[in-house]
Parts: sequence; structure tokens; C-alpha cells
Amino acid sequence: MSVFNLEALLALLGLFVLLLEAFVPSVSSKALAGICVAGVAGVLVLLVTVAGGQEALPAFVGAYHQLDSLAMFYKAFALVITFFVLWLTLEASPYLNKFSLDGKLGEMFSLPLFVCVGMMWMASAKDLVTVFVSLELVTVSFYVLVAYTRKSALALEAGVKYLILGALSTGVLVFGVAWVYGATGSLSFEGITNAVQGGEVNKTALLFGVSFLLAGLGFKVAAVPFQMWVPDVYQGASTPTTVFLSVGSKAAGFVVLTRVIEALTVSGSMVREEVITVLSIAGAVTVVVGSLPALFQTNVKRLLAYSSISHAGFLLLALAARDSVRVDLSPGGTVAFYLATYLPMTVLGFAALIQMRLNGRGEELDDFKGLAQKSPSLALLVTLAFASLAGLPLTAGFFGKMWVILGLVDQQLWFALACAVIGAAAGFYYYFRVILAMFTPEESTEPFRMGVLARAVCMVLGLTIAVLGVYPKPLQTLLAKVPAAGTSASGH
Amino acid sequence: MSSLEIIILIPFLAALAIWMGAPARLTAVVASTVNLLWVLVLAVRFPAFKSATDLAFVNKHMVLDNPSIAFAVGADGVSMIMALLTVLVTFAAVWQIVDKPSMYHIASLLISGGALGAFLCTDLFFIYAFHEVALIPTFLMIGIHGRAEKDQRLAVAWKTTIYLGAGSLVLLAGLVWAVIEFSGGGKLTFDLVALRAQAAMSPLPATAQGPLFFLLLVGFGTLVSLFPFHSWAAPAYATAPTPVAMLHSGVLKKFGLYGLFRIALPLLPAGAQVPWVQQALLIMLLGNILVVGLVTLHQKRLDDMLANSSVMHMGYLFLGLAAGTEIAVKGAILLMFAHGISIALLFAICGRMRNQLGTLAMAKLGGIGSHAPFLTVVFAFGAFASIGLPGLANFAGEVMIFMGAFANGNPSSTFIPAQGLTSLHWTVILALWGVVISAVYMLRGYRAIFQGTPQTGLFMSDPGSGQWLPLVLLAAVLLAVGCFPSLLLDLIQAPLAPIATP
Repeated sequence: MSVFNLEALLALLGLFVLLLEAFVPSVSSKALAGICVAGVAGVLVLLVTVAGGQEALPAFVGAYHQLDSLAMFYKAFALVITFFVLWLTLEASPYLNKFSLDGKLGEMFSLPLFVCVGMMWMASAKDLVTVFVSLELVTVSFYVLVAYTRKSALALEAGVKYLILGALSTGVLVFGVAWVYGATGSLSFEGITNAVQGGEVNKTALLFGVSFLLAGLGFKVAAVPFQMWVPDVYQGASTPTTVFLSVGSKAAGFVVLTRVIEALTVSGSMVREEVITVLSIAGAVTVVVGSLPALFQTNVKRLLAYSSISHAGFLLLALAARDSVRVDLSPGGTVAFYLATYLPMTVLGFAALIQMRLNGRGEELDDFKGLAQKSPSLALLVTLAFASLAGLPLTAGFFGKMWVILGLVDQQLWFALACAVIGAAAGFYYYFRVILAMFTPEESTEPFRMGVLARAVCMVLGLTIAVLGVYPKPLQTLLAKVPAAGTSASGH
Repeated sequence: MSSLEIIILIPFLAALAIWMGAPARLTAVVASTVNLLWVLVLAVRFPAFKSATDLAFVNKHMVLDNPSIAFAVGADGVSMIMALLTVLVTFAAVWQIVDKPSMYHIASLLISGGALGAFLCTDLFFIYAFHEVALIPTFLMIGIHGRAEKDQRLAVAWKTTIYLGAGSLVLLAGLVWAVIEFSGGGKLTFDLVALRAQAAMSPLPATAQGPLFFLLLVGFGTLVSLFPFHSWAAPAYATAPTPVAMLHSGVLKKFGLYGLFRIALPLLPAGAQVPWVQQALLIMLLGNILVVGLVTLHQKRLDDMLANSSVMHMGYLFLGLAAGTEIAVKGAILLMFAHGISIALLFAICGRMRNQLGTLAMAKLGGIGSHAPFLTVVFAFGAFASIGLPGLANFAGEVMIFMGAFANGNPSSTFIPAQGLTSLHWTVILALWGVVISAVYMLRGYRAIFQGTPQTGLFMSDPGSGQWLPLVLLAAVLLAVGCFPSLLLDLIQAPLAPIATP
């Protein structure tokens, strides 16, 4: 069986769940969630087993679908984050139910599957049309997911904002794609690579197109100045959807960005310098602009939204350090590494928010007070997650930041380095505020309850953070093979 | 598995056990006692175990291949001394915690484990990482259990954390730069031994060493409260709960100096001698000694005075760095140990006084000597050591620094009166006044608190039920090292040899 069948399998499962929910009202949320989680886990197992000895792709698919190790990594990444999002949705259903129209969460289990299909397909895209189609599948599903808890005014607001800005950014993206096609005569990454090396291209037209292309993708990954939608949407959407946006949508944006940047900055490219300059400035500004408002947030969910912008800045800086070969990772590999460490800490942080809601607390800083007394284990795990988000050594988050800083020092991008240091230092403040709140004693005697499953999953996430922080070798080895795009068109 | 790995792990495991519900005091005391005895044994056996590279008890687990990062431990003479300092202060700090939430024990053990890891690892990544581990417990202890009003202690906690966090990020940039510079064009390595071998084989040109050395100086210097990056330290120590103040000012702060002596100096032996770097360093260290010294003179409370004096004394250590000669550097390492012990002793007594008296304002105190003769004598040990009285440990270190800096201050390696005084000589002359300043504030404080007629309504008792043990231990160490500095100096014979020829 070829790998691309997995997407089809998952899409079919999504349709099945959708129909089941519509026509068999007696099926409970739990059962739906169970089917989806099992399906995602099964596909993940298939992906891992198939990845070992895969067959060549049939010609009609091979023309627009590639299976290099970067693609395989992002496919697995999409499945893992979907798995966790489904789990979080199930975990949060006792209070999320109240906000949906029919008191059920049917589509909140099937829609993530479609998002996942889009992300997996995007990871393999070889041309801009495929990118666009799969990006739309992701975005349109997100329009529904963000606004799904309709009885909450905040969610409605978030839905409208995401819809309008999402549609706008799609328009910008298509406009850019059209100009790039006009300038280079090609839609495939390979064709664009050849065109920018050849020098037969009208540079002004190409730069015009590239700027729109980057702006469109900038919306998706929340790069400054296209980050305005993030805080409201992240805060308004239901927490599982926020996780999905923060990790999944960002990863989807960055896999495309990785491919596009690799094509545009290939050695001998006529727009190489310009693209690197734009990336390093956008990344540096994103880190700082994302961090500074976070300093003043009292709502933890909103705080995490701003911090997510700051992390996007670090990822852009990883891409900007093009020629840094001192680490065993290509710039794209560094991004993948960073995202892989970003996943457990973000999921764990948001999972804690859900546990707070289940215990009748809010998402404000003050609600975290006394957590260390009531649930020492959760407090310890959340401390780990936030220390990791802040980039403290011996946690997973440190290595990603260190590779970025190493690349910037190596490439002597001093302005970007200064901004990265400022952003990281600010991070100490706003992440530590949450830690401080948790360890501040509180008088209240209400108990804090947590399910066995939630406890176990949080424990696994925490262990992942700790182990990757001390022993990142397996992940690094997995990603070290990621070659530059263009040399890997036939898969591995 | 090397003994050093177990020594590093013990505090962390003990902290985890307490978090899971083990009896706090018992676990912490047992763990710190085991560590104390173990490090003592290792220090005694150290000369016999030294290998050709002057490292003993070496072990290594690869963590990453490219860049090469390993959990590598190994002790040379300087690390042994710093480890001894750590376990001594940890033992004293943990022992004196009575009737406090278990967080006190956990935080002390975590700070201690972080310091041990930083001193005993030989891989830049883990040296850096272990130091950072201590950041969170310090922050939480000052912010939650600090001694001031809530707003004030939170402000202090934030200031400390942001200074230390920003300083360590600057440091990270400097370390990464050093790694790129000294990996010799091939695979990047964080192995300090390999980096030092490369630096010895093909050193950077002297002027090129300046910028990197300066970056490391700012990064490490912030952690040691080098003027003008010092303003976090005094409020932090005055506010922190007693064990944290003891461990941070006594042990953890020495990490920055340890890094300068073990990383910056061997990699960039000429870095501190580049004229603009040296001028800047001399001005900054004089800022520590004279400016902070004068600030200390004006303190009205015992804890504020001790905290500022701790910042002030860092200036002498930087003088040893600026001189860069063998005698001065050895003196600085001896003084690091001595200062750590003496300030921990003083903070321990200071904490006890605060608990019993409820105030530390010197104007309100007096005549405590008649209630608590034992404490008075022990405090005198710490105070006189800190002034630099001969016979106590600090004296030997300070004398060696001054001699080393003055005798070899001239670039042509010996002091020639006919050539006049260099800026280093002038700095030594000015720095000597720091000794006078310390004597003034310490003796004045001592007189105000312990002598004179007892104030009505204030009563201070001598420690009972075993609480005298850590104080006696620290005072005895001060006396022993003061009379026989060779106990420690013999440990560092060899490893400093390459530094001696800048």
C-alpha cells in the first residue's frame, strides 16, 4: 500500500463519522471520539510501518506528491497532534457541550480528521496548487471548528475574525501564487527553483509575487505584521481548537514555508538575499512583538496566544539562518525539530487549562493559585511545560532555541540575535508568572480532581519534555536526514 | 557510573522524594550529609586519581553527535574545591531549616544539585544547563517565602530572575560563539577539554580575543553581580529566605567566576590583557569595591549590610581575573571558597537573629553578646574572616590576589619601579582601600549589635538542640583553611599551569 492512500483512508473515516453522527443520533460523543482516536492511531501505525519499505508512487500521483523524510515527518506530526486534539476535545466535552447548539460535539470529532488530511497532503505537496487546495481544506475546516461553541460570544467573535482574515489571506496568497507563476512560468517548487537560478526571470515581478506569497503564508503562521487575529481567535475558540491552531496550523504553514523558502533561496537564486533579509527582519520583529504584549496578560490562554506568536518568530529565524550547517540539521530540519518539541509543551499547557475548567476554575492567572498544594503532580508537570516554553535548559524547549541562536551567531545576523535574546528574556517573565501563581499558597480547600486517563497522558507529555531535554538524539537523528528540497523529488 | 554523577544526582533525587511525600527534614539532611562525606573522601583521594589531563573521576555519556554534546563529568582541582564549598554550605543550609514548609528543603536541594552539576560537568552545555536549573527555585523562594511585604518581595524576585535570565542568555550567545570559534572548523563540540586543547594548539590572535572575552565577562559577570550589573544581588540576598541566601551568595554566585576562570581564561588567555577589555574590567571591579563599598557603609540593617558586602567582595575576585597570573588566580579561587563559607555563616546567624528578634535594624539592637556568647563568637569568626584577618581563610586569598596583581602587573611580567605604575597597579592601590572600608562597616556593625548595653525587650538565645553544629563546622573550616591554605591550594597545583603564561 502506498503512503498517499492513508490520506484517503482518513478522509473516508471522517466522512463516515460525520454521517454516523447525523443519522444515528443515539451514538454517544465518547463512541465517536473513540472511533476517531482509534482511526488516527491506526493510520499513524500504518504510516510508521509503511514508511519503512514503501513502494514507488504511481506516476499520476508522483507528479504532485512527494515522500521525502520532511514530508513523512510532517505527516506523522499531523497525526500526533490530531490524536491529542481529539483527546483534549473528549476531555473538555463536559463543559464544551454547554456551548454548542445541540449540546453535542459531533463535528468537533470529525472535522479534525479533515484538517489532518489537509496537513498530511500539504506536507507532500510539490507545487503551489496542491499547497493551495490542501491549505484550503485545513482553513475551511478551521472556520467551523473555531466557531463551533456558538453559544459563547467570544467564540462567535473569534469565528468571524478568523473567517474574514483567513479569507483575506487566502486571497493574498492566490494573488502571490499567480504572480510567481507569471514570473517564473511554473507552479512546481522544482520549476521555480530552476527559474530563479536561470536568471531569465523578471525580478521585479517575481519579488512582487513573492512578497504576496510570503504575506499570505505569514497570516497562516502568525508572523508580524499579520498576527493581529491570533490573540482574539486563540482566546475565543474552544481550548482543543486553540491547541490545533497553535500547533497544527502553525506546522502546516511552516512546512509550506520551508518548501517555498528552499526553492527561492537555492544557491545562485536571484532573490536569495532579499528573501533572507525579509525573513530575518520579520522573524526578529515577530519574536519581540509577540513577547511584549504577553508581559501584561492576566489571562493564561491569551498569554499563550502571544507566546505562540513569539515562537513563530523563532521558527522564522531558524529559516533565515540559511547557510548554517554547523548543526546536523538543515534550516527546515531545525524548524521541524522546534515544532516537535513545541508540541508536547503546548498540549500539556492547554491540557492544564482544560483541567482548570473542569474543576470550576477559570483561565486567569489567579485561578492557578494554590495548584501546587492541591495537585502537586499536575503543578510539577505544568512547571515543566512552562519552563520548556521559556526555553530553560534540560527541557525540550531549550534545544530548539539553542539551534536558532547558534544559527544566528554562525550567520552573524546580529540584529536578529539581539531580538531573539530580548524575546527569550521576556519569556522568562511571562512564563514564570504562571509558575509563581501555581506555587503561591491559597486558603481555599476545594479539592482538585483529575481523571486517571488525563493524569496518564499528562505524565507521558511531561516525560517527553524531560527526556527530549536531556537526550534529543533520537529526534535529531530522525530529522538529520532531511535533505534540501529539489534533491529529494523521488522520495527516499 | 562515576561517583561524580551520583553526587550530582543525589540532591535531585532527594528533592523529588520530598515532593512525593518523603519526610522533608530527614531526607534532606541525610542527602546533604552523604554528599558532604562523599565529596570529602573524593577530595582526599583526588591527587591519586588525577589523570594526565588533570581530570579525575571522568565519565561520559553522549547525548548528541553533531554538534557533539555529552553528559561528561570530571573534576580538576578547582572543581573539587567548588564542590567542597557546595556540599559544606548545603549541609549547613539544610541543617538550619526548622519548622518550615517542605519547599525550603526542596529548593535548597535543587540549588545545591544545580551548583554541583555546574561545577562537576566538563561539557559546556551541561555546565550552563545545571546553573539554570537553580533559577526557578531561587525565584519561587524569594517570591513566595521572601521576608519583605508581598509587593516588595515580588519585585525583588522579578528583578533577580530577569537579571539572571538576561545575563545567562548573553552568556549563552558567548558560549555558542566560543564553541563555533574553537571547534576547529570541523564538527561543533561542547566538550570543554577538547575546546581547551584546540585553544592551546591554535589560539586566536590576542586582539581578536577581546570582544569574545568581553561578551563572556558581561554574561558571567551579571551572574556574579559585577558592577554595573550588580543591582539585583543585594536586595535578593536581603530578601531571600535564609537557606537560599546562604546557598546563592555562598555557592551559586561563584558559578560566574568559576566559568570565567575555567572557560574564558583557558580559551582566551590574552583576553583579559587586551587593553580596552582590561581598562573596562578594572573600572568595573573598582565599582564593586569602592562604589558598593561606600553603599555598604551606609546600610542601617544587618541583612542589607551583609548582602552589599557580598557584592563588594566580588571585586577582589575580578582583580585576580584581571591580573591573570598564577598567584592571583589561585588566590582568587581560594578567596571564592573562603568568601562562600564566611558569607554563608553570616547569613545563617543573621536569619536566626531575624527569627528571634524580629528586627535587624542596627540602631535598635545592642548587647546581644551578653545573652548569646556563642553566637557572638561565631559571628566574629565570619565577620573577621570577611574583613580579611590573618589566620582566617579569606586573608590568604586576598593577599595572594594583591601580591599577584601588583608584582606581575607589568606586561613584562615583573614590577619595575623605574617604569612607573600601570593602571593595574593603580587599581590594586585603590582596591586596598576596600579592606579598610570592610573593616569599618563590619566592626561598626559588630559593635552595634553584639556589644554595649542590652536593649530592653530584645532577647536572643544561643542555639540549642544541635543547631550549633553547622555554625561550628563553617567556622572551623574558616580557621583550618586560614591556618593551612595549602590544604586547598595543593589541589590546584597542576590545572592552572597553562593559565600562568598568558
